[in-house]
Amino acid sequence: MKRVLLALFATLAFSLTASATIEVYEFETLDQEQQFKDLSNTLRCPKCQNNTIGDSNAELAQDLRQKVYEMTKEGQSEQEIIDYMIARYGNFVTYNPPLTLATAILWVGPFSVIIIGFGLIALRSRKNKSKVAESKQEWDEEKESRLKALLEEDKDGDKQ
Amino acid sequence: MNKKILFIPLIAFMILAMVFATQLVRNQGGDDPTKLESVLIGKTVPEFGLEDLAEPGKLYDQAIFKGEPLLLNVWATWCPTCYAEHSYLNKLAADGVKIIGLNYKDDRNKAVQWLNELGNPYLISLLDSDGMLGLDLGVYGAPETFLIDASGIVRYRHVGDVNDRNWNETLKPMYQALLEEAK
Repeated sequence: MKRVLLALFATLAFSLTASATIEVYEFETLDQEQQFKDLSNTLRCPKCQNNTIGDSNAELAQDLRQKVYEMTKEGQSEQEIIDYMIARYGNFVTYNPPLTLATAILWVGPFSVIIIGFGLIALRSRKNKSKVAESKQEWDEEKESRLKALLEEDKDGDKQ
Repeated sequence: MNKKILFIPLIAFMILAMVFATQLVRNQGGDDPTKLESVLIGKTVPEFGLEDLAEPGKLYDQAIFKGEPLLLNVWATWCPTCYAEHSYLNKLAADGVKIIGLNYKDDRNKAVQWLNELGNPYLISLLDSDGMLGLDLGVYGAPETFLIDASGIVRYRHVGDVNDRNWNETLKPMYQALLEEAK
């Protein structure tokens, strides 16, 4: 039993080191490490359609990771690195693109759908209300007397 | 009351289907939605100092792009599409089109051998083994071809192989316009 457990632990330890050796980046400070992690998860690989550079194994993603690592080590700020990437690959490279004319529809779109939707509901319910009101108005005395007359007729018919 | 309203979903569906169909047809015609527009258009070629592909020690910098309109072709031996476009580049070079080659993240010996075997369409061959000029140019997949005017400003980027169709349809007219401009 002990042996089995030992073997199990050994394999666990082995696989952990194995996955850690895929890429090793060493940082002097925790801040730098955090910045590198953040950037790896917010920069998008231009070659891939929907992968961050941290996610992707494409060669380009590896290069960009390396570049982010170097720039982080040089002490450049997160914004400086993002600007550097945008200057080369455009806004596509960030998952947090700025609001421009081209992206405006993404921001305005959902709100306008909600506003138009509620607007339509409000308009239609108003229309229906006025229709109900109209039909009530149509029910005037003339119709009331006709109804009465008809009802009377019916009663008479029953008697016969 | 309003039976017409019931047709709205159908009409909306038909409009969507039409939009998708149009884009699909355009994709087939070579309009690839994964293509990115270069940020460099309208800007000068980034600064660099790179070695000649065949002659170690011989250095070039961005000054080689000044003087006349040029094509900058980014290629590598590991890129199958580059192989496919190579014979077309040879043809263009024979027609007098001036092309500068950027060998991108490649093995020097293999690249030299490739040019010896398949012909060399390039006026100058730059060696960018670590891909740093490629990074500055925003290269995300070889082959890419940049159209650069006489004052060294990037005017257009073509991603993918240069072939008879896209050369005649887009690249050639722009190149000719740049030649006219430079006169």
